[in-house]
Amino acid sequence: MGLLSDPNRRRALISMLTRLNAPICVVCYFAGVAWFMGLAFEPFTLRTYMSENAMGSTMVEERFPAGERALATGREFAAHKKKVGGMPVDWLVKNMQDRGLEVFTQSFSRTLPFPDENKERYIVKGTNVYGILRAPRAPRTEALVLSAPCSPGDSNNQAVGLLLGLAQYFRNQIYWAKDIIFLVNEHDLIGMQAWLEGYHHTNTTGMSWSPLQGRGGSIQAALSLELSSDVITSLDLVLEGLNGQLPNLDLANLFYAFCQKIGVLCTIQGKLQRNDWDSVSGYSHAVQTMMLMVMKQASGRPWGDHGLFLRYHIEAATIKGVNSFRQYKTDATTIGRLLEGMYRKLNNLLERLHQSYFFYLMPSLSHFVSIGYYMPAFGLLAVILLLRALDLWVQLNTPPSTTEDGVADIDQVRHTLLSVLTPLVISHLTGVALYALPIRFQETAVEHFPVSETEAVVLTAIAIYTAGLALPHNTHRYYIMSAVPDVRGWRVLKLIAVLYLAVLLGCTALINFSLGFILALTLVPLAAFVTPHVPKVLSAFILVILSPACTLLFSVFFFQELQEMPVSFQDGWLLYLSVISQGILDHSLYGSLVYPLIALLVYPCWLLFWNILFWK
Amino acid sequence: MAAPLTLLLIVAVTIRAALFRSSLAELIAERVEVVSPITAWKRVVEGLALLDLGVSPYSGDVFHETPLIIYMFHFLVDYAEITFMLADVITAVALYMAVKEYNKQVFRKQKFALEADRYPMDSLELIRSPKEMYYIPLKVAMFYLLNPFTILSCVAKSTCGLNNAVLALFFLSTIKGNVLLSAIFLCLATYQSIYPITLCAPAMLYFMQRQYIPVNFRRVSFWWFIVQYLFMYLGSLFVLICLSFFLLGSWDYLPSVYGFILSVPDLTPNIGLFWYFFAEMFEHFRLFFLCVFQINVFFYTIPLSIKLKEHPVFLMFMQLAVISIFKSYPTVGDVALYLAFLPVWSHLHRFLRNIFLVSCVLLACSVLFPVLWHLWIYAGSANSNFYYAITLLFNVAQILLVSDYFYAFLRREHHLTNGLYLKRKDGSEATLILK
Repeated sequence: MGLLSDPNRRRALISMLTRLNAPICVVCYFAGVAWFMGLAFEPFTLRTYMSENAMGSTMVEERFPAGERALATGREFAAHKKKVGGMPVDWLVKNMQDRGLEVFTQSFSRTLPFPDENKERYIVKGTNVYGILRAPRAPRTEALVLSAPCSPGDSNNQAVGLLLGLAQYFRNQIYWAKDIIFLVNEHDLIGMQAWLEGYHHTNTTGMSWSPLQGRGGSIQAALSLELSSDVITSLDLVLEGLNGQLPNLDLANLFYAFCQKIGVLCTIQGKLQRNDWDSVSGYSHAVQTMMLMVMKQASGRPWGDHGLFLRYHIEAATIKGVNSFRQYKTDATTIGRLLEGMYRKLNNLLERLHQSYFFYLMPSLSHFVSIGYYMPAFGLLAVILLLRALDLWVQLNTPPSTTEDGVADIDQVRHTLLSVLTPLVISHLTGVALYALPIRFQETAVEHFPVSETEAVVLTAIAIYTAGLALPHNTHRYYIMSAVPDVRGWRVLKLIAVLYLAVLLGCTALINFSLGFILALTLVPLAAFVTPHVPKVLSAFILVILSPACTLLFSVFFFQELQEMPVSFQDGWLLYLSVISQGILDHSLYGSLVYPLIALLVYPCWLLFWNILFWK
Repeated sequence: MAAPLTLLLIVAVTIRAALFRSSLAELIAERVEVVSPITAWKRVVEGLALLDLGVSPYSGDVFHETPLIIYMFHFLVDYAEITFMLADVITAVALYMAVKEYNKQVFRKQKFALEADRYPMDSLELIRSPKEMYYIPLKVAMFYLLNPFTILSCVAKSTCGLNNAVLALFFLSTIKGNVLLSAIFLCLATYQSIYPITLCAPAMLYFMQRQYIPVNFRRVSFWWFIVQYLFMYLGSLFVLICLSFFLLGSWDYLPSVYGFILSVPDLTPNIGLFWYFFAEMFEHFRLFFLCVFQINVFFYTIPLSIKLKEHPVFLMFMQLAVISIFKSYPTVGDVALYLAFLPVWSHLHRFLRNIFLVSCVLLACSVLFPVLWHLWIYAGSANSNFYYAITLLFNVAQILLVSDYFYAFLRREHHLTNGLYLKRKDGSEATLILK
């Protein structure tokens, strides 16, 4: 308590912090970035290990024999799919029933707020088919899910075939203690959303679906399978779910353990693991893998069909079969054995997966960085904001040289209050407009301009965003006329804005570390240096460059670069537009929080700094 | 001054009415920070249903409010929203009037002291001017009515709002010098949640100061006043308890209300300190720590009363804060009541040391509560430790805030008697250090 009560030491500390404020901030920023980059360095990471006893110590033997037959079923499925021109519901029902499952269907429909140009859909109607394998060994209180999407075109037929093959094989085994639900969902995530909402009797997004006729117990874990070729070279594990939520690390560990055991090449973010961590290329490989994870997590969208399970406390991941030009091929039987092994281990679970980490980043499949290691990187950035706030507080509290009488003082306070409140209110109203108007005005826009609905939404959003920059110039014009010179005004506003940003980023980083960190990376330096006294044009340029929209633009290019698919500026711009429309769609379809977060909170906060720059 | 107050009331009621109509109301009513097992409206409705069925509302383990509340809502259940808004308005108006009266007294006392030349010359800048005091009552009402905590609490229909109204009326009648009403309202507040019993001490000190009765254990007049006050207090408590018995026809409510408050069987997370501690503890030690935790709430009365016996109103503020920090089922509504008093002590600002730190922490914590709750309960990725860490931080910040005000108050008093610029014996400038 010495620091809190001893005035001399406090004064010394505060004077040091205010005197060295700028250098400390710079050091903190670079330390934060360096810490973050260091996370991918292998000696600083932990090896993954199985924490869950029920899955770790028991032995299972994989015997799945029927890979070829599964592929044949897959081809049959493909033929029926082509014939029906969509999901062959009757065929699937009949096939699942033949395999001894309890089969049910669920139909759903959903009209998107505006057409999705990436997937070319607007009014979506579909059917999910699922079969339940009842557990012979235990009361039916718990369940596992294996799902495969029924996608348009030729993709994922093998996944459905393998799913049916596994269903047949699993049916003849006696050791199941949990119901196993085999789900074939149509229209990828929309179907998955309908099924999950039906299963849990919730309706969060206003979708219409028919209620489920049959249920298993509470779902403990789920795997989604994507497989588009008869043989594969490697399996890719996708973890990132809605709002950057991740499944328990044990699920990834389980997958990795079985890949090792059976001898399948496994990747994460499509990157193989390398052993040369001490070389530059090895390190940069790990950084790339981790950055890909960070970018994907920050986007807040589900990167596979598993993404929506996480919302219901169900640990889930997507397993993708990848067929590249590598020599070494794996056949369907091996993948079947791998899945069998994973399900048998999951079957042994005594309680939900909770032993291992929920907050982690993975620079490779065998190494991870836990929350305790990556949070300091964010903390170092957040500390800058607190230091700046402290500095401003001290400046505000040192009395001005000229003493004023009481009347002027009260006027001054009221004046400051008004001149601070107006930008706050106006920037938030702009945020609300950015959030609500694009979808509401699409029809008007389409009538008056030669654009499609999707373009209308995106361009309206960009227009409102840009228009917001022009607004704050006018906010304190009416109060400028009063005689009292306003010296405190911008400092108070900046103090509020800096604290606001700190709390906002802190909360974001807790829910979705990657998003919080990327926003902090761009917004913190801006928040630290903006005052009305810096050169206007240059600072305005920097401010715009560091604004959330430009951050998104850079992220798009950076992401493409990381995936080793660099794009030209033209394509990048188109991609950027589609990313915005996808973000808005994700929000209205699945309840992703990134778009409202940016529109309602981050953007207004950035506007406050814009306002400070042009403070008169 | 009536016009701004009316405007404030209209704004406050409009905000509440709008929120009642919005979809947020249901969400807020579920928040553990806003409602406790005692004050939850859902439980009151459940109790009413049981009462209508002719079953004792205390059968089962749902309803824990007092019989008077349930009989009140037996008639008012259709007007519940209006009742809660009215309760907030009454609280604000009562605080407004009380603070106005209190400021008058402070100013009068200061004038007498000035005329008697009791203040040293260099502490004259600590003298409070009527101009700065003019807006304080309005600020108090504003701090109460527009505080997000109060608004949330009202929109959730937490019965905490009614307790606050009773406490505010107690404060008003005490300041106005009405001994009987003060005793009655204090007894009502005690009847509602036990803990306000500690407010006996500041109330009695205040009346004694007002009636020029010396606080001296050897004087008969001192004891006579205490007996008088306690007689009124205990008498009305007796009446209330008997009334509850006759309304209900059984003593069920005693264990169900007071037993529930004192033995803390419901460990639903809240912003208090009890739940995590008792959830983690071995059953063996439960009774011991229960006693420690509960005595903790009451114990501060003694040292604070001794130290602040000249300043009963500040003592009352301290007691309210201590209760709302350490009580067994605290909600943000309780916090809001003592936060409303902060403008009364705005003259202490120059002596506050940690106000920036503390207000940042309080602000951050209030935002982090729902975030960590989401991570724990919905996302399932965090756990109770995360939430408790924030609870702990929130309470530490509150304690720092209160002790900071306490220290500032004492320091101002010290300066008022000894002069603002203290000198050491050797003539160098001295600093006050709290150890």
